[in-house]
Amino acid sequence: MSELITTDVLVIGAGLAGERAAISAAAEGNDVVILSLVPPRRSHSCAAQGGMQAALGNCNKGAGDSEELHWLDTVKGSDWGCDQEVARIFADTAPVAMREMAHHGVPWTRVKGGPADYFIKGKKVTLEEPRENEGLIMHRDFGGVSRWRTCYTADGTGHTVLYAMDNMVIELGISVHDRMEAIALIHDGEKCHGAVVRCLRTGELKNYVAKATVIATGGFGRVYKYSTNAIINQGTGQSIALDTGLVPLGNMEAVQFHPTGIVPTDILVTEGCRGDGGLLLDVDEYRFMPDYEPDKQELASRDVVSRRMTEHIQKGKGVPSPDGEHLWLDLRHLGEDHLRTKLREVYDICMYFLGVNPIKELVPVRPTQHYSMGGIRVNKDGHAYGLKGLWSVGESACWDMHGMNRLGGNSLAETVVAGMFCGQRMGQWAKAQTHEVDKALADKALNAQHERISSLISGGIGEANENVDELLIAAQEILQDKVGIFRKGEELEQAVVELREIYRRSGNLKMRSAFKGANPELAAAIRLPGMLKLALCVAKGALLRTESRGGHSREDYPERNDRDWLKRTLARWPIGADEPDISYEPVGLLESPPGQRGYGGAENIAMEQSVEDYNATVESEWIKQGWHPTATPLGTELKEMVEYASTKKS
Amino acid sequence: MARQLTLRIFRYDPLDPESKPCFVDYEMEETPRLNLFVALHRIRENQAPDLQFDFVCRAGVCGSCGMMINGRPTLACRTLTAELPELITLAPMPAFKLIGDLSVDTGTWFRGMSERVESWIHTQKEFDPTAEEERMDDETAEKIYELDRCIECGCCVAGCATANIREDFLGATALNRIGRFMIDPRDERSSEDWFELVSTDEGVFGCMGLMGCDDVCPKELPLLDVFAYMRRRMSQVAAGKAKPDAGTSLPVIS
Repeated sequence: MSELITTDVLVIGAGLAGERAAISAAAEGNDVVILSLVPPRRSHSCAAQGGMQAALGNCNKGAGDSEELHWLDTVKGSDWGCDQEVARIFADTAPVAMREMAHHGVPWTRVKGGPADYFIKGKKVTLEEPRENEGLIMHRDFGGVSRWRTCYTADGTGHTVLYAMDNMVIELGISVHDRMEAIALIHDGEKCHGAVVRCLRTGELKNYVAKATVIATGGFGRVYKYSTNAIINQGTGQSIALDTGLVPLGNMEAVQFHPTGIVPTDILVTEGCRGDGGLLLDVDEYRFMPDYEPDKQELASRDVVSRRMTEHIQKGKGVPSPDGEHLWLDLRHLGEDHLRTKLREVYDICMYFLGVNPIKELVPVRPTQHYSMGGIRVNKDGHAYGLKGLWSVGESACWDMHGMNRLGGNSLAETVVAGMFCGQRMGQWAKAQTHEVDKALADKALNAQHERISSLISGGIGEANENVDELLIAAQEILQDKVGIFRKGEELEQAVVELREIYRRSGNLKMRSAFKGANPELAAAIRLPGMLKLALCVAKGALLRTESRGGHSREDYPERNDRDWLKRTLARWPIGADEPDISYEPVGLLESPPGQRGYGGAENIAMEQSVEDYNATVESEWIKQGWHPTATPLGTELKEMVEYASTKKS
Repeated sequence: MARQLTLRIFRYDPLDPESKPCFVDYEMEETPRLNLFVALHRIRENQAPDLQFDFVCRAGVCGSCGMMINGRPTLACRTLTAELPELITLAPMPAFKLIGDLSVDTGTWFRGMSERVESWIHTQKEFDPTAEEERMDDETAEKIYELDRCIECGCCVAGCATANIREDFLGATALNRIGRFMIDPRDERSSEDWFELVSTDEGVFGCMGLMGCDDVCPKELPLLDVFAYMRRRMSQVAAGKAKPDAGTSLPVIS
């Protein structure tokens, strides 16, 4: 019979969040195994360029920064769609997380005391960097923030942090099994017991049985036609959670489009380009952002800048090209020295992929799918709703500090912070559990996958005639065209209908190659139905959310509606269904009542309920959705919040 | 008139007893700004759905897609066909275990390398979450970052004559890694510790000096300087001239 591997904690995904969670779990005395689709240092975390937000306040423009300000910027950035308590945990933990990574070897860019030249809002300025902070971690400016707080290593932040993290994993002797894909969770309806895993070297299936299973597989950007994401970001983790029929995905319609994907190829150039003074220009080489956003200009939040760019292109101000219309990113004034040191990856990307020298030439950019705010809905400890022993951290999770829009630099920071915080809670939880290895249950799960794969190889079921690539491309185009930056009801309805049809057809796949081992066509065929399910969760969630909030912008419902939509969408996929069930829950305890962001310029429909009444419903509504009690009571991490007594009765 | 390209690709599945190593030609029309990431995916979509190769970021930063392109190891994702003749020969990198076709097992090799050189900060200090970060001047940070930019693509190993004939040779990537920690003031390893690690035939003195590594490194790491620095430093240790802590502040690159 098949091989069975037993461990205390199984982490699926070896990017920053997964590795940091593994380290925390090991520190609590657990045996840990990490699975990864690719060698860990190839995980998409490595591609993050710009930096990680943490309120250290070390530089001139960071002066007076605090966890409080970071928290408030994050809540505003989320358009009040986030869980404010989680945002507190995040903002409070981020400084320690950065310092810990410094201890373990990240060569953060450091403060150089004395006068320094910057470009701020299109003007060259000289600022005095505090000499007393010489050698502390430096910060750069980013979008939607009140202080400079992005900690960075030139523009290779993700790379250096991931390498330092993987070094820690190696030092601790934690096993990483690479080229392994979890294709199903093993569960008994109450509790998760691990995963069925397919080896991408040989095609063999194995069971990994664990007390705690952690999904840390990143985003699912590859369901869109144009995405900055790595090609492995296909939502494999979210899919296997959804496949249980028990675990909901939160806010899947909350998709981030980054203002500066390059055209063509959709590779990202960092928000640090604008943070360091880069400007957006139109077809007339006119700087348009100050007309739309007089205060924040190029550095409003990403949802806002991407919308403004799209509006401007729609006004006929885009630059025509064979690859579609785009705008320009102007970095020329930053100078060769800056571009070849602090933005050297950007320089390389422009040179190698566009043949554009950013020292002398403009860079073609347009808003491109970049980040999934939505994901596996977890409580503040990272424990998934609906299934005990299943956890999730990082982009694959909806923890939910980002709400409907995340700020630049907050996701890379989230990976490490959530890995630390949730990893510790998960590690403690796992330590208190006894191992129950139910081999029959595991074998049953493996056999179901074995049958599914055998059926694909032998030519599918019935009149198999569908091609994997064709179906995926069709779905990607639907999301791109109909569930993009601006959305409207009619198109969203079409998207749902069309995606449902493609999902139906995906039950009828025909392989073109017979080879059984690490056949990439077979790997794609195994993933396809899951990707289509995620696409349907995005489209249906977007159709039903009749308001505009953060990254979700409805032309037919332009207002943010706090009266009816201060809610998180939850999508579950009942076994055998052809589309997700959608329900809602309150976003979380409100410490900051919904207000104005100060950018974006949209109208709001005010809450009618009092904040106290709203807060009184949170815990009981969450319990109904499968929320697990947390290590500390709800609200403990909030600062002002003391009164929500009525929830405690539930 | 668009060029007609022939991609001559190495095909072999080591797990299939009937598979024999061979090259197979795939024809395609060249499109503007075509790179090998797009070209290989087109072949997989239209001609060979079972063709194995590795890409992840497709942006030149993850190091997955090292392969031999017309005999030279480099990153496929950022190689434009326009820079190549009409016949493009693609083969897997040597010195790594073949998984199939163009895919090789760099993951196992690099984990082994990291374990061998103990690729982590060695320090007696405990992390103190209540303290501010230990200070470092920005120049030192930049110098560490310069060497920390290695993406573990394996091109330097594939392009190294010594590594191709001697499995135990550390290779440029490992020596670069050691250099990265030698100049890091947070790492408390002494000159003697480094001497043990690199002053051997498997280490810096095994290098034949052809410097293929330096020619092919896609990140343009200063491997020549790293080797020169390390040999000199190790010779000084051998001659008893280096101070025990000399490694903590020396710059690698001028």
